[in-house]
Amino acid sequence: MSLSAESLAKIDRELTKYPPEHRQAAVMSALRIAQTEKGWLSKEIITEVAEYLGIPAIAALEVATFYNMYELEPVGKYKITVCTNISCMLRDSAEIVEHLQKRLGIGFNETTTDERFTLKEGECMGCCGGAPLFHINNTEMHEFLTPEKVDQILEGLEK
Amino acid sequence: MSAAQTLVCLRTVGQENPASLETYLKLGGYAQLKRLVTEKVKATDIISQVKLSGLRGRGGAGFPTGLKWSFMPRYFDGTKYLVCNTDEGEPGTFKDRDIIRYNPHQLIEGMAIAAYTLGARVGYNYIHGEIWQDYEIFEAALEEARAAGYLGENLFGTGFSFDLYAVHGYGAYICGEETALIESIEGKKGQPRFKPPFPASYGVFGKPTNVNNTESYTSIPWIMEHGGQAFQELGVANSGGTKIFSVSGHVDKPGNYEVNMGIPFAELMALAGGVWKGRQLKAVIPGGPSTAVLPASAILGATMDYDGLSKAGSSLGAGSMIVMDETTCMVKTLKRLSYFFFEESCGQCTPCREGTGWLYRVIKRIVDGQGRLEDLDLLTDVSSNISGRTICALGDAAATPVLSFIKHFRPEFEYYIRHDRSMVEDGLAGRIQAQQEVAYA
Repeated sequence: MSLSAESLAKIDRELTKYPPEHRQAAVMSALRIAQTEKGWLSKEIITEVAEYLGIPAIAALEVATFYNMYELEPVGKYKITVCTNISCMLRDSAEIVEHLQKRLGIGFNETTTDERFTLKEGECMGCCGGAPLFHINNTEMHEFLTPEKVDQILEGLEK
Repeated sequence: MSAAQTLVCLRTVGQENPASLETYLKLGGYAQLKRLVTEKVKATDIISQVKLSGLRGRGGAGFPTGLKWSFMPRYFDGTKYLVCNTDEGEPGTFKDRDIIRYNPHQLIEGMAIAAYTLGARVGYNYIHGEIWQDYEIFEAALEEARAAGYLGENLFGTGFSFDLYAVHGYGAYICGEETALIESIEGKKGQPRFKPPFPASYGVFGKPTNVNNTESYTSIPWIMEHGGQAFQELGVANSGGTKIFSVSGHVDKPGNYEVNMGIPFAELMALAGGVWKGRQLKAVIPGGPSTAVLPASAILGATMDYDGLSKAGSSLGAGSMIVMDETTCMVKTLKRLSYFFFEESCGQCTPCREGTGWLYRVIKRIVDGQGRLEDLDLLTDVSSNISGRTICALGDAAATPVLSFIKHFRPEFEYYIRHDRSMVEDGLAGRIQAQQEVAYA
């Protein structure tokens, strides 16, 4: 249940970026590290992060609920977040969305029954020159998408 | 004839291993930092050069950088901070991403020079959470710079120390607003602070803080090397230097183009390959959606600089040029933009929190075939009641596209309301648009 020693070491490294009396500053990265390990942020994990930083649990929960890349419900092994904002829309992100929904058989904010894929709609990711695009698990950006390229990417993910 | 690029902030682009320290050093990297620090050049002299350069804040507001630097208190008993805003979330903006992934050391040098000038001991570069691979490139560049003695304690044996760290957002457009960004660095919800006090007196952890955009800091080493006058002369009056334009949407070659300020719109379009698929240009958002959309007729003769775009009826913003061809339905495009501002309003101020929802719902009902002609006045009215009534500029940013889309493309909105479908899909938009332009001429 609780965070691994590896994750705690990563949080400790983030803490070195701030004055010792401002441990709360590390909550953004601490939650990100916790989410990377657990896949999503349960109330228990958020509380644990807060206790580790020595801040009230509500302060960590506020942050987790405010920023939209934190997941407060379980997601699939691969979370695909498609940008549909203006620059992507103009280059037909709708075609990518339709292709993903058809291929995976799910809509936005849904997870496949085998728990491999979750589909999300994202706001601008600041990579509009590569539109249309999505990122996987908040870390891996894929640009200049076509339905064929989407198929290749999905087939390349480990089973 | 299309103009060439002038590479100041993107000067490592096209080199082998562009982000490496070795590449940057070969181009004369860190020489300016070393010179200023070891020769103990006075802060006032550095600020004079920055003022002379005509450099204005590249994040969108266009505030003169040298003047901003002069607001930092010179004597302060405690830690002063330096913050870089790499939280690009304004749709159509992706220039700072290329700086941190292709030329991170020039940003680091620019920040170190600013830290020396302003007496800041600690700096943070706040990076958009969505570009994680680029965040890691910047972290690696910081490690290289520390190991080589360009960051850390007692640099060049002079007693000057500066620590710089990378921190990240995690999906909140509002954190591009400087005081929301500061809140986020402190580990809080990104809700903007009342100003005054400004960050120069009450910033990160309540300490004096200077916040600039990535492209602004990255311009500094070049200005120090060649002088403020030379930078100013790259551009035009009131718009010194180069600017990276992020061109997206319906062009043949979307991407970043760093050019001299004042470049004619047509030349910038030519660099980006022109309108794709041989189609006609319909409209351009020149500086990101918080700047007014312009119909083709208004931007074709414009120059790309602060005054040029202001004259054309919009503004430079962050240089985020979104190009729309003749097949674009302005009603549906506005619906998407309005959803964005509704989704990203932080919820702190009532006019913005409630107003952005109203704007989105009214435009959505038009698109859904439930619109009424009075809705256009309602949209204008709601927009006017958001503008100027909020703590930060997000409210104004949400109102701008609504007001400018309706102003320039009113017949398209009226047609949609009357017929419950898009004029563009009915193949009439180009014709009516042309008639409208004749009427305005």
